[in-house]
Amino acid sequence: MQDYQSSLSDPSSRKFETFSYLPEFTPEQIRAQIEYIVSKGWNPGIEHTEPENAGGHYWYMWKLPMFGETDVDVILKEVEACHAAHPNNHVRLLGFDNFAQSAGAAMVIYRGKMD
Amino acid sequence: MAKTYDAGVKEYRETYWMPEYTPKDTDILACFKVTPQDGVPREEVAAAVAAESSTGTWTTVWTDLLTDLDYYKGRAYAIEDVPGDDTCFYAFIAYPIDLFEEGSVVNVMTSLVGNVFGFKALRALRLEDIRFPLAYVMTCNGPPQGIQLERDILNKYGRPLLGCTIKPKLGLSAKNYGRACYEGLRGGLDFTKDDENVNSQPFMRWRARFDFVMEAIEKAEAETGERKGHYLNVTAPTSDEMMRRAEYAREIGAPIIMHDYITGGWAANTQLAQWCQENGMLLHIHRAMHAVLDRNPHHGIHFRVLTKILRLSGGDHLHSGTVVGKLEGDRDATLGWIDLMRDSYIKEDRSRGIFFDQDWGAMPGVLPVASGGIHVWHMPALVSIFGDDSVLQFGGGTLGHPWGNAAGAAANRVAVEACVEARNMGRELEKEGKDILTNAARHSPELAAAMETWKEIKFEFDTVDKLDVSHK
Repeated sequence: MQDYQSSLSDPSSRKFETFSYLPEFTPEQIRAQIEYIVSKGWNPGIEHTEPENAGGHYWYMWKLPMFGETDVDVILKEVEACHAAHPNNHVRLLGFDNFAQSAGAAMVIYRGKMD
Repeated sequence: MAKTYDAGVKEYRETYWMPEYTPKDTDILACFKVTPQDGVPREEVAAAVAAESSTGTWTTVWTDLLTDLDYYKGRAYAIEDVPGDDTCFYAFIAYPIDLFEEGSVVNVMTSLVGNVFGFKALRALRLEDIRFPLAYVMTCNGPPQGIQLERDILNKYGRPLLGCTIKPKLGLSAKNYGRACYEGLRGGLDFTKDDENVNSQPFMRWRARFDFVMEAIEKAEAETGERKGHYLNVTAPTSDEMMRRAEYAREIGAPIIMHDYITGGWAANTQLAQWCQENGMLLHIHRAMHAVLDRNPHHGIHFRVLTKILRLSGGDHLHSGTVVGKLEGDRDATLGWIDLMRDSYIKEDRSRGIFFDQDWGAMPGVLPVASGGIHVWHMPALVSIFGDDSVLQFGGGTLGHPWGNAAGAAANRVAVEACVEARNMGRELEKEGKDILTNAARHSPELAAAMETWKEIKFEFDTVDKLDVSHK
């Protein structure tokens, strides 16, 4: 039997929704998820936040959503640029589905410092 | 030309059988599966069903002539064979929209499944489907928040939501019950749930449960940084009492409450759903008693009708069956009523048991809830069948984990995320499920232990109520 490790005092217990219970994605895994967003016809968008402020609905928007962008490399580059500018922040990638008026996908690609 | 009064019993078909009638866009349409008594012609029985579910009575009355009965009557406009079953047939009936009070599923169902179900000329009768015209849909309140708003409120995108019904169903004290909720939520679930028969019994009164559970939610939210909820069951002996419990849930900041819409009643449900909409509360709907109505293939009300009733009456979640778990549910038929919950326009599709086009207009959708006898090994199939807009609910499959339900919750959360990731990569979940889960378990001892525990459990009884297309 194992103890389930999680506590209020340990910031690494904080999760950030979809895929945050899996190990951090490799570049290949990230690429596959971006391809999925593009294949669905969703608009990629990037947001970031200090980990301690991750609880609200609104994170900082990195530029505007990339409307109509289908080039995976371009999208990946923007994710990296956001990460480079904010290395201690969570950086999440969204796929905006304008028909459902919802995000079809949302995942934290770079995990900020949690201590 | 005015009619004259002619007392006595007439054949129903003289008035109510109208094969030449073209239904109007505003008509409420119904499809009944009719099993007549021997020797009664189909047209007569279909007409009798139309009559007895609308304006008719067994004999002509003089007051018929004071109104335009030909306008108000239900019309049996078509008859079809039931594939593979000679004992019964489908009767299609059109009702003018004026026959029904606006925004009242109570009124619609009182007509359509009222006296007619005890009618002697029938051996059995089943309401297979109803087409609610958009004109009628617009008079109903519908789901309090809907799928899109629920996702925004909870900040959960791109995956099915995860829940757990707290077990044992009955007998836990409020504090112990809250503990079970807390463990599940901190382990990675989005929701925990009151079982349907948890109302306010002596061992755990509702108010104590609400207080302890709310502490569990708040602590789990602070610990995980994610939004959490527990379906606080407000089903009560009276609707006044139901509202009192709902008000208290709002007061303490609960995001979601729960109601049993069939045993609690549709009037109470509609009232509660409207209140939820006004108060920003999510509403989870359980369906106790549905199988009494919907399981017999020849008599009762099909679940797709009960699904439409709920979407009109109001609810944000509705139990749909799992296809793969311990409870009854044919796969194609289940996919049919899942569409009826979520989509805005559903086309007639007999291969899914859908008899009519159904236009919901802008009415929000309902999240289907898969619950009952499921565990991590079912996850690939569940994600494949239900997609993202669903709640997958593991009761025993969370609480039965050998290390407790925080670990059980984490196992389910890892499994669902691994399945979503794999699906997004284009992998076929139902073929590659074992490989996907095994791979995910390498990084999750909780998942590995869950997979070890439930390896052998399967539910492989045949369904009793199959779609008619697959009979014989």
